[in-house]
Amino acid sequence: MKLTLKIWRQKNRGEKGNFVSYTMNDVNPEMSMLECLDVLNETLIEKGEEPVAFEHDCREGICGSCGFMINGVAHGPERATTVCQLTMRHFKDGEELVIEPWRAAAFPQIKDLVVDRRAFDRIIASGGYVSVSTGNAPDGNTHLIGKDTSDRAMDAAACIGCGACVAACPNASAALFTGAKITHLGILPQGKPEQDRRARGMVAQMNTEPFGSCTNIGECTGACPKEIPLEVISAMNRDYLVGSWKKRDDDVRVVRPMTEWSTGSKLKIDPNATS
Amino acid sequence: MSTAAVTPHENRAPNFWQSTNGKKVVMAVTGAIMFLFIIGHVAGNLQIFEGPAKLNAYGHFLHSIGELLWPVRIVLLLCVGLHITATVQLAMRNKAARPVGYSRKQAINSSYASRTMYWSGPIVLAFIIFHLLQFTAGYIHPGSQFIEGDVYHNVVAGFQVWWVSVWYIIAVSLLGFHLRHGLWSMFQSIGYNHPRHTPLLKKAAFVIALLITLGYISIPISVLAGFIK
Repeated sequence: MKLTLKIWRQKNRGEKGNFVSYTMNDVNPEMSMLECLDVLNETLIEKGEEPVAFEHDCREGICGSCGFMINGVAHGPERATTVCQLTMRHFKDGEELVIEPWRAAAFPQIKDLVVDRRAFDRIIASGGYVSVSTGNAPDGNTHLIGKDTSDRAMDAAACIGCGACVAACPNASAALFTGAKITHLGILPQGKPEQDRRARGMVAQMNTEPFGSCTNIGECTGACPKEIPLEVISAMNRDYLVGSWKKRDDDVRVVRPMTEWSTGSKLKIDPNATS
Repeated sequence: MSTAAVTPHENRAPNFWQSTNGKKVVMAVTGAIMFLFIIGHVAGNLQIFEGPAKLNAYGHFLHSIGELLWPVRIVLLLCVGLHITATVQLAMRNKAARPVGYSRKQAINSSYASRTMYWSGPIVLAFIIFHLLQFTAGYIHPGSQFIEGDVYHNVVAGFQVWWVSVWYIIAVSLLGFHLRHGLWSMFQSIGYNHPRHTPLLKKAAFVIALLITLGYISIPISVLAGFIK
């Protein structure tokens, strides 16, 4: 099948980007979107041109590395599907696909379709964990957890941190991501002791990063490849409200967002180099 | 640039009002209070169908409880002020959160009402200012003389001017859109969402918004159609 890919090309954060159209004449309908880009990149390399930079890792929809906008929809037109799992048969022959990276102040551009999502890492580091003593693994079923509770925790834990929620949100809000992490740990007994502090810490870091606010419109959950429900955002709001009410002191600290990269390595590598 | 560029620096955590979540809670609570006023106001207004004596007596009653009238007005003004302050601050933050926009963006999961809150809100505010100047203060009263205390006359004479009625109908319809999203969204903001109850809440928000809108616009339509003279 024939496709025209209109892809956002940008050398690095400092330079201006623009769309470049590439016509592909023999796209295999069974290829995934990323494999389609692989084929395009091979032809670009053969021609001596710069290949399109995009993130990917597992290619089975569970790692959260890949993701970009296709025709204005995060991860493309198929619901609950990452771009690595999106097969080309879902597009019409001769269609033009506009491919551009996630756009958010909190996700600064790195190159082409690659953005810096360390803001998510900082949110996780501010409370997305349980503090447990190390040692032997506890026996199974020492904690009694109801099936419905474990199902809800699992649904929230399915978040792969790809950033599609931020990309799809008109306000570039990270509420669905942060809510998923807070819900996943907050409703399980292992996460209960730190529930209040976790909510305050993660919400504080989310609000320190340049994300927008949630307006409860639900674009995030529509774009989410794991279909995380909007319910997690209300769980975050509730835990934050309760935590803010019950807190005894301002013990929560946040980390200033950083968008630079270390060049302290002895290897002379310029992180902004394009090739 | 060196490793210093990626050394973590601690900042003070944003407090409740500084956090987006806290502002949304404030918006939910103030919105709920303003919703109570809207219910009371439509119920009071519909007395116009019971004739001039009834409506004027109701207007007189509201003014006779002077000690209560001003506290209520102050609470409502405070709610309007907080609701707008939070919205403006959040809207500016949200605009800054996406400095480079998409060349193409498709809405796949949100309602029209929810996406137009930034439009329906300010237009309704402009309408409320006009509305207060017309029917409470009597500064603007096109087509007739404003008579202090004769509510029935003021309403009927006011709505007989076609553009006043059209402006009223448009503004109240936008208020309906605003409520259709706001009425269930306030529960989400204060942390209530349930897979069984929230869909019901969304339906209820639609029905209540529709009833309120119809209740309000029945008055100018009745005046224009000549049912109320």
